[in-house]
Amino acid sequence: MSETDIQSDVTIDSRGAGCPGPLMDLIGKVKTADSGTVFELQTTDSSSKNDVPEWVEKANHELLDVVDHDDYWSMFVRKS
Amino acid sequence: MTQRIVIVGGGTGGAVLANRLADRLDLANGDVEVVVVNDGPDHVYKPTFLYIPFGRRTAADASQPLVDLLDRRIRLVIDRVEGIDTDAKRLTLADGPAMHYDYLVLATGSKLAPEEVPGLAEGGHHFYDPEGAVRLRDALAEFESGHLVLSVIGVPHMCPAAPLEFVFMADEWLREQGRREDVDITYTYPIQRIHGLAPVAEWAQPRFEEAGIGSETFFNPEEIDAEAQVIHTMEGTELAYDLLVAIPPHTGDPMIAEAGLGDDGWVAVDKHTLEATNAEDVYAIGDTADVPTSKAGSVAHYEAGALADRLVSELEGRPPTDRYDGKTICFIEAGMDEATFIEFDYERPPVPRPENKFVHWAKLGYNESYWLTARGHM
Repeated sequence: MSETDIQSDVTIDSRGAGCPGPLMDLIGKVKTADSGTVFELQTTDSSSKNDVPEWVEKANHELLDVVDHDDYWSMFVRKS
Repeated sequence: MTQRIVIVGGGTGGAVLANRLADRLDLANGDVEVVVVNDGPDHVYKPTFLYIPFGRRTAADASQPLVDLLDRRIRLVIDRVEGIDTDAKRLTLADGPAMHYDYLVLATGSKLAPEEVPGLAEGGHHFYDPEGAVRLRDALAEFESGHLVLSVIGVPHMCPAAPLEFVFMADEWLREQGRREDVDITYTYPIQRIHGLAPVAEWAQPRFEEAGIGSETFFNPEEIDAEAQVIHTMEGTELAYDLLVAIPPHTGDPMIAEAGLGDDGWVAVDKHTLEATNAEDVYAIGDTADVPTSKAGSVAHYEAGALADRLVSELEGRPPTDRYDGKTICFIEAGMDEATFIEFDYERPPVPRPENKFVHWAKLGYNESYWLTARGHM
């Protein structure tokens, strides 16, 4: 288990998500948010650890941190 | 005193639930009343829309009067619910007087919100309502050559398999018409593969290659230049089109957020009991329920079955035990005359099998017999 002091503006609870999945939940929220908004994506899907950073880089946003809570991960993303 | 169950929305979830309750409860003795409030007189079966652009169905095939589908002991109110007071257990209606409930089930479904993407309403087609599907049918009929782009923009959206089905059907339909050599087809998807469910993406990818259907992934349109016919994405890419078929953004009913029941019009619920997280005696089913599976008719159908059992148990003084396990079933057309079929739940991923003609005919057969589902018979 790890800690962070990042404060998110929006929390997206995608724990247990199947279709369409955590990344889709994140994209949907980022699309309508203001620049600079910080999101905490909570996910139990281990593939999020690869596909979220890949999309964040491609869309030119910023991955601030990934926190392991043992039974889920928090991924902090700032919209560019 | 009569216990009143109010179901808001007469789509698949609302109709199946109301009819199952009428079947299980003694509505004649006055102890329980089941009320369905719907903002129009018709029940609409949305999967029919997929076939309209190819001339295989009409908009009229997709709807029947709700009054003909509901058990006669159910009270049907044609009105629009505009507000929910979960403390007072009262609904505000657009035309009629306020309505008290003892149990409230929200089954208001998804609404299309193309206005969320600038230029989409002017520059894009869709097949997610009757008017859009008819307009697309007419555009496709005249589309002799050029670049056809199917772009999945809204997430989440209804019928998650429909975008794949559309391009497989368009590919074969254009071949039948002798126009395929003059039309390029590109399919775009928001994430790094061509469907949210990895097994479905793995099933579809080689079929795209075989059919010559191009794909763009990590593709999230944020603006459509309708005049120049160019899509601009969040990722900084551009794609020119001649005919754009988009899956528009979806939202739920704004009164859900106003009532503090959830974000974006989806009600926060326990994924097994379907009880609202933020209010007592409030439930949600179908697209309205924010559960981690697809926004599909089969989900509404199975959720309605589980919730009917729970409500009957509660009214009859037994502890409710039935739970919705995430069961979802989708037929997936792989062209104009073959289809496959997937079944999955919260724990088990789907396993798509090779398509065949039998499943295609099973899908068409189910679509014809769907009205028995709405009546609560299957």
